Amino acid sequence: MDEIITLDYGSGGKKTSRLIEQYILPGFSNPALDVLGDGALIPGSGTLAFSTDSFVVDPLFFPGGDIGKLAICGTVNDIAMCGAEPKFLSCALIIEEGLPMQTLERVLQSMHDAAKKAGVQIVTGDTKVVDRGRGDKLYINTAGIGYQKHALAGLAAVRPGDAVLVSGTVGDHGTGVMLARSGMMEGEIRSDCAALNGLAEAMLSCGAAVRILRDPTRGGLATTLNEFTEGQNFGIELEEDAVPVRPEVRSACDLLGLEPIYCANEGKLVCICAKEDAARLLETMKQVPEGQNAAVIGRVTEDAAGRVVMRTALGGRRILQKLAGAQLPRIC
Amino acid sequence: MRSDETCRKLLEAIADLPLGETQIMEVCGTHTMAIAEAGIRSLLPKQIRLISGPGCPVCVTPPEDIDAVLELAMEPDVVLTSYGDMLRVPGSRRGDSLMRRRALGADVRIVYSPVDAVEIAAQEPEKQVVFLGVGFETTAPGTAAALLTAKERGLKNFTVLSLLKSVEPALRALMATEDFAVSGFLCPGHVATIIGEAGFRFLPEEYRMPGVISGFETEEILTAVYLLLRQIADGTPTIQNAYPRAVRPEGNILAKQMLQRAFTLQRANWRGLGEIPQSGFALREELSDYDAAKRFRIHPGQAVLQNGCRCGEVITGKLRPRQCPLFERVCTPEDPVGPCMVSSEGACAAAYKYQEI
Amino acid sequence: MCLAVPLKLVEINGKDAVGEALGMRRSVRVDFIPDPKIGDYVMVHAGFAIERLPEEQAMDDLETWEELQHALG
Repeated sequence: MDEIITLDYGSGGKKTSRLIEQYILPGFSNPALDVLGDGALIPGSGTLAFSTDSFVVDPLFFPGGDIGKLAICGTVNDIAMCGAEPKFLSCALIIEEGLPMQTLERVLQSMHDAAKKAGVQIVTGDTKVVDRGRGDKLYINTAGIGYQKHALAGLAAVRPGDAVLVSGTVGDHGTGVMLARSGMMEGEIRSDCAALNGLAEAMLSCGAAVRILRDPTRGGLATTLNEFTEGQNFGIELEEDAVPVRPEVRSACDLLGLEPIYCANEGKLVCICAKEDAARLLETMKQVPEGQNAAVIGRVTEDAAGRVVMRTALGGRRILQKLAGAQLPRIC
Repeated sequence: MRSDETCRKLLEAIADLPLGETQIMEVCGTHTMAIAEAGIRSLLPKQIRLISGPGCPVCVTPPEDIDAVLELAMEPDVVLTSYGDMLRVPGSRRGDSLMRRRALGADVRIVYSPVDAVEIAAQEPEKQVVFLGVGFETTAPGTAAALLTAKERGLKNFTVLSLLKSVEPALRALMATEDFAVSGFLCPGHVATIIGEAGFRFLPEEYRMPGVISGFETEEILTAVYLLLRQIADGTPTIQNAYPRAVRPEGNILAKQMLQRAFTLQRANWRGLGEIPQSGFALREELSDYDAAKRFRIHPGQAVLQNGCRCGEVITGKLRPRQCPLFERVCTPEDPVGPCMVSSEGACAAAYKYQEI
Repeated sequence: MCLAVPLKLVEINGKDAVGEALGMRRSVRVDFIPDPKIGDYVMVHAGFAIERLPEEQAMDDLETWEELQHALG
């Protein structure tokens, strides 16, 4: 087999068949996929959750994960945040001509491992190859289907006094990737990339009144909380000191000119729940590996409607904005 | 990091000072941000007004200079290297920025250090690498050192476009403006690292203006504010160093020598303050091979702003960010009219991001 | 006037050094530090060490600090 992906692999002809048969099928074999139809026929009824995400991360491999793991976990998490059990994924690859086969194999292996761990199957997919220079190494799109298990009432059910919780330390992924991109020497920032369906299931089964779940990806915790309050008749007050941040993430953010609460997370969720259930929910979360550093970080308020307010250590209060654009590192 | 307890005590001590309406000014973009982030203004007594001055090196760059940078970025084979701060700053045309030019095909790359830019030049000999030098005395010595490294390595494709400026002439120009009603300066800690306590002595000696050199942690800033207000209350102007761990009386000799070696101070144009003689760090004649202004024949004209931008008044402390009619209504970080709203050290950006409630 | 971070020098090679903080390592130029030593703490701005830092807080030695202590009681 050739060592690099050439345009022929995207032609739809023999080379494409070989790519699928030798590299993709073996790792992902399942009844739906093995048929190799245009689409997959899967069992199901009731309310479905359906989500899609595309992954264009650079570099492809970073401490704690890679584009493949991200592609699986990202879509699994979106489904899980809906209160649904993720089951079936599609996967589309857009490969730049010249990508070493070894790189593709590594990514596929990673996707296989992540899918197995999350308990999901890839049942349909597509592969395209674009000319060298027309795609940045590899882009992946995944779409996912899950079956609704818990009906989340959503923002309509949020009340002043409700607790705001986060499942662990924030800013790990964004900082880790920026560090890997910056060309600085080794640092120990691992992406937190992880599937959260197990955690979500535990949280939604413990009897706590959970209003909403969301995973704070691009834009970080601050942006996600703003998405909750925007246009609503409640606000959120956040305790600056209560937000868990790894010391090395803080240190890397200082070096890079970033802020942890605006950095992406790929293995964390934010949750609003009834005040009286916060303690129980927290306990439940801490029993699950992905929730071991869970914390209550704030509360829903009647005042400052539509806003997110941060209470600083000195007792000052300030408004926390959404992230305006891509986070550019500060130096000067 | 000291305790909140000390901060509370400092605030009490400040409140106890016998002062009426008093204005003090900080002249450091990093202070602007740190003060806003810690919500210090809302913690000070009502009669003490803390104003932001020309502390953001990006914001004091006039629009025509930014326009010149944007044009340079489009030149074939030019790799425009810059600190991240500059990417979204508009020139005289709203929406036109390095970020936009990059989307139009300019090779614009963010670097963390001028040394990174020299590295790019070494690795890509077919490109013309230009490093955009923006900053004050804290940044200038490093820029000079990187430039000399490029020279040592015999690189022919590396130049610096210096927009670097000196703080002292700006303070003098500020104090000469009509109705300048500031009673003391919070002095920039890292500029002071370079120029020392000595670098600010002209303030009390020539202007009877007190100054306290301040660090950047909340407690350090509150300490400096207290000491400054004490001086004002006592009427004993002097320079106090409240950042001794990083600032020596004489500053950093090696860094100052580097400045001498690489630069001369020329007349420079400042947004809000106009032309100030001997205020811009320009490359010495013998380094003109590394001067992007010479290599690319850059002669910024005079840009006329049509968009109602009032950054010049914000920079000189004449207008507070929220007093600008464009603030938030028209001018936002996503779609700025001027640099103050989008520079990472701009007064408007700080006010917008850290709105007190 | 600019963001600077304290780093500890862990390698020195002429003007080029490596600074470290909490496991993060970054190349640092030490042109402006007279006689830099491994273990020195320096304040780094845009890739250059602009001053050496004392390990302990130097505040306590200062007149200014005494005055402050007095004022705060």
